[in-house]
Amino acid sequence: MSVINENVTAMIDRSRAPAPEKAAPDDERVRRLSLWKILLDRPDLGSIAGTVLVFALFGIFAGDSGMFALDGIINWSQVAAYLGIIAVGACLLMIAGEFDLSMGSMIGFAGVMVAVPPMYLGWPVWASVLFAFAGSMALGALNGYLVVRTKLPSFIVTLAFMFILRGLTLVLSTHFANSTIVSGVGDKIGSDPVIAALFQGTTGHWVFSGLAGMGLIDKLPSGEPVVGGLPKVLVWWLLLAIGAGFVLARTRFGNWIFLVGGDSNAAKNVGVPVRRVKISLFVLTAFCACLFGVLQVSDVGSAAADRGLQKEFEAIIAVVIGGTLLTGGFGSVLGACFGAVIFGVVQIGISYTNIDSDWYRVFLGGMLLLAVLFNHYIRSRATANK
Amino acid sequence: MASEYILELDNVSKYFGTVIALQDVTLRLRRGEVHCLLGDNGAGKSTLIKTLAGVHRPSTGDYRVEGESVKFSSPREALDRGIATVYQDLALVPLMSVARNFFAGREPRRKLFGVIPVIDMSYANEVAREKLSEMGINVRDAGQPVGTMSGGERQCLAIARAIHFGAKVLILDEPTAALGVKQSANVLKLIHKARKRGISIIFITHNVHHAYPIADSFTLLNRGQSMGSFAKSDITKEAVLEMMAGGTEIQSLVDELEGRAA
Repeated sequence: MSVINENVTAMIDRSRAPAPEKAAPDDERVRRLSLWKILLDRPDLGSIAGTVLVFALFGIFAGDSGMFALDGIINWSQVAAYLGIIAVGACLLMIAGEFDLSMGSMIGFAGVMVAVPPMYLGWPVWASVLFAFAGSMALGALNGYLVVRTKLPSFIVTLAFMFILRGLTLVLSTHFANSTIVSGVGDKIGSDPVIAALFQGTTGHWVFSGLAGMGLIDKLPSGEPVVGGLPKVLVWWLLLAIGAGFVLARTRFGNWIFLVGGDSNAAKNVGVPVRRVKISLFVLTAFCACLFGVLQVSDVGSAAADRGLQKEFEAIIAVVIGGTLLTGGFGSVLGACFGAVIFGVVQIGISYTNIDSDWYRVFLGGMLLLAVLFNHYIRSRATANK
Repeated sequence: MASEYILELDNVSKYFGTVIALQDVTLRLRRGEVHCLLGDNGAGKSTLIKTLAGVHRPSTGDYRVEGESVKFSSPREALDRGIATVYQDLALVPLMSVARNFFAGREPRRKLFGVIPVIDMSYANEVAREKLSEMGINVRDAGQPVGTMSGGERQCLAIARAIHFGAKVLILDEPTAALGVKQSANVLKLIHKARKRGISIIFITHNVHHAYPIADSFTLLNRGQSMGSFAKSDITKEAVLEMMAGGTEIQSLVDELEGRAA
């Protein structure tokens, strides 16, 4: 059955009619597959199952703690959204067979690129945000160029950039701000209508006040709804995930991503521009990291040298939990998003329970190990005759 | 004017530094024939294929396609002239579906909502199924991963793909090397079908038993040099076997074993 499913509808269609009627008479070797078998061929099954499991666990241990009240949901989904943004980029890159370990450092570096020019060089904020995106994407292109040019593992090339960018972030922030934190930029962003509208705060206030007015969501004593709006990071995550998922599953470029990751030599032989595909995905991961950085700086109001620390690993874990193979050629954006949701639920949810939050990492490591074992099983099934 | 030969190599040599990979090799492929290129390991078969496929350019000598001298600088250019090469690795990705592999790099597209270009998967599935069944392979579901197909089916998929995309000349690099008897026979049948469609084929192998039944003519390579080209009517299987480097070795082994047994 299909490994790379076109979309959910295709799957539903197939599960409704597992063996097309016209195929049955002329080929006795068509057999009906159970719904379970069809589901097993989906890369995202593991993460969806994991998400259900995590929801069930926290439903039992923290069901009455407010974690699943609206403000609790916004709380953990915001964590998931931040991680989800970089997981989407990391997912496409990993399907193409490469890693970007510099993503976490890029978040910090992008933050400094946003914050330093307006605070110390007199730039308008919109210019520094544009500069941050352009700079990050150029660095991503450099990463990609070095990887395809030298044919070195991206692991090592981007590891170098992980240190270079982290170091530069520290150097720049101490040079300009004489501190590891560049503060005050939040107000500047707030005073730029376009940048603030794009990246700062929440949106859809009227929906929430309307729902509160109808009594559907709780109100604060002041009469305001408990949640004033949808954090913009969630909107960005949704847009990015839908866009990336669509490109991957439905477009020619998406097919090229799978081909490049599945067998780059084969991809080259059928005329796929392997280098261009890889470089553009490194640019995408850098874009995602920068978006993370810009949203975070807008939200927190400052840039800091330790922002995004270890986020590259969290992104990779979310992607792997989402069913993408470390070796490339197989995976899904939907899975990576569920991987990010698992992160958000566990990280925030654990503080709603009486479980010591020190267990958070143990739990994640366990999830990762389980996911890898599960993926390994799936792959050996997919490549073997059955 | 159209030449009698669709592909010609005329006294082609290829050097890699001090290494002489090919020395004055002449090879002529008639339209619609199966030409077997035989040679043991290290005979220069791979270099010859890559020269024909446009990966290498001859150091000296002339390469003509339909009578016209060509200098390919990339496999893409050879492909554009209708010369398709199916390498041993087949350029297939096991984890991807049959249809996605079939159209890899040449995905059919349609416009979603009239604007967004997307892969036309229903067309891709349908055509892949249809073309494979024309070649005698019934794919159960074009959405199944290639990894679930047998080696022979994969070989046939790669060949069917090349034919579908307009190959006039097929260069098949050891298509039967890793296959069992039955699967090899299927691939040979497919070669025969392709010939009936007027496609010219260069079939590279070191297995005379696979080459002899299907071939119209032979070229034997040994240590980078051609030992000559022969029409099938001019040469017996035994003679071909004997001319191959391994032939004499095997014959002497047979003699030795029989001598001992007697």
